[in-house]
Amino acid sequence: MTEMVEVPLHAVAHSRAGDKGNRSNLSLIPYDPALYPLLAEQVTEERVLDLFRHRGATRCRRYDLPLLHAFNFVVDDVLEGGVNASLNLDGHGKTHSSRLLSLTVRVPRALLGRKETGRMQP
Amino acid sequence: MSNIFLVGNGAGFSGDRVDAPIPVVRSLVRRGLPAALFFETLGERTVALAQLERRRDPELGYEPMLERLLEPVLADCFRHRIPILGNFGAANPPAAARLIARLALRLGLPDLRIAVVAGDDVKDSIALDQLPVHEADGSIDTRSARLVAANAYIGAEPLVEALRQGADVVVAGRTSDPALAIAPLVHHFGWRLDDWEKLAVGAACGHLLECGSQVTGGVFWDPGFKDIPDPANIGFPIAEVTAEGGLVITKPEDTGGIVDLRTVKEQLLYELHDPAHYITPDVVLDITGCTLEQVGKDRVAVRGLRGKPAPDTLKVTASFEGSWLGEGEVSVAGPNALARARATADVLLERLRRRGLNVRARVDLIGVASVHDSDDGALWRGYEGPEPPDIRIRLAAEGSDRDAVDQAAREVLALLCCGTAGTGGARWRLTPRILTRSYLVLRERVPTSVTTRTAREIAA
Repeated sequence: MTEMVEVPLHAVAHSRAGDKGNRSNLSLIPYDPALYPLLAEQVTEERVLDLFRHRGATRCRRYDLPLLHAFNFVVDDVLEGGVNASLNLDGHGKTHSSRLLSLTVRVPRALLGRKETGRMQP
Repeated sequence: MSNIFLVGNGAGFSGDRVDAPIPVVRSLVRRGLPAALFFETLGERTVALAQLERRRDPELGYEPMLERLLEPVLADCFRHRIPILGNFGAANPPAAARLIARLALRLGLPDLRIAVVAGDDVKDSIALDQLPVHEADGSIDTRSARLVAANAYIGAEPLVEALRQGADVVVAGRTSDPALAIAPLVHHFGWRLDDWEKLAVGAACGHLLECGSQVTGGVFWDPGFKDIPDPANIGFPIAEVTAEGGLVITKPEDTGGIVDLRTVKEQLLYELHDPAHYITPDVVLDITGCTLEQVGKDRVAVRGLRGKPAPDTLKVTASFEGSWLGEGEVSVAGPNALARARATADVLLERLRRRGLNVRARVDLIGVASVHDSDDGALWRGYEGPEPPDIRIRLAAEGSDRDAVDQAAREVLALLCCGTAGTGGARWRLTPRILTRSYLVLRERVPTSVTTRTAREIAA
């Protein structure tokens, strides 16, 4: 049986955050496309919304891009009014990608260290 | 090879590296193919800040780094017939054109043709209160605020017209970012403005390039995880586009950075919401069928892009005078820093309460939790990790009463004497804020016009 290990997403995936108004979008891209189905199962809209609830986020939608092996999360009302109204140093929420990557996932040890589209180390 | 047209990007925002266009133009010239260069320097608020500049000085209000960006590349682009397009006109495209004309004369290019695109500024021509509000902005209250700027995101059509008039430099204000790449492609290949599949390729090209280095390693590199060569000299992107809609993203050979599946995926999804509906004034882009292939070193082919008809409406972003923002910071470090920082935060908020200052305030403990935190400091209050060696305490206060905000920020200064043991390094500042709200307007209500003249004529 495959041994599963718990790692932060940062060990197996990368992300970039963008903003429009009071809404953030966060891409999530596994280094190894083989991890795409596992992330689809574990990185749910609910878990991502929970990461940003303390900021007032009200809704999270996930768009799946199986051909690109990537996800796009759109989180509403997370920017404390948006770049023009927020008191946050990072009004654009550009650093939110790192918060997403702090979420943990369970992946087969055999898939750690494998790479197809880039380097990856746990 | 003559089937290929090159699109280079020289800036991804106002404040980008000013020496970035040089290797891009060197590469375009060396390759000898038909090409264009574009600059994207206008963020959502930038045009409002530029409008405030213009109020202070009628000859300002365009991209402040414009001369620095263009001076090293203008002559090469002119001599090699590489048109330059940019939204660097910001709130004052005619003044930007005059600056470029003076620069051209100084460089010995009196015949340089400069086009000014007008029509995006709808501040005085459209009543905003009768327009539907863009969905992401419904909660912003701007009813009592003073309007600073209102600009429509115009599409490629007037930019194509400028190129048809033989412009060497196209100076625009608010355009959609992808339009800056779509226009030279439409002009060169003769694509029809309702050929949605081709325009989808142009829109994807513009979207991938519009943030400059973000597709070549910028805001991507992560030491030990996503390493890139020479991050101090990231090459800005170049797209190779064919008449049939082939698209390859690459960069100048003699630069740092990287173009691979990871960088292209990150930028493809950047600021995208529904991947089946990326709305631009020229086409609605659908990337759900998109595939990528690494076709060489720093070369990624983008395929499977689909386009749907352009929307009937254009987005208008309006900017209003907002409130005042006061910020103050002090540092603590060493033994017991966390306890001192937390106590300082509580004391600052208590001071604002006792003085009855009518502001909305927040405290960050930089080094514990800040950018990921909420206004009530949920993360730093709940922090249970190791003792940080060095913490910066930041107060941010906002309100419409300038004096109250100023007084709130000065409470941080007062900590230099009244704060905990070992408090130092105070800084504070007060800045006016801009509020923005976006609306939708029928495109026929936003007529555009183009005027093309030589540098000699403009400077006369």
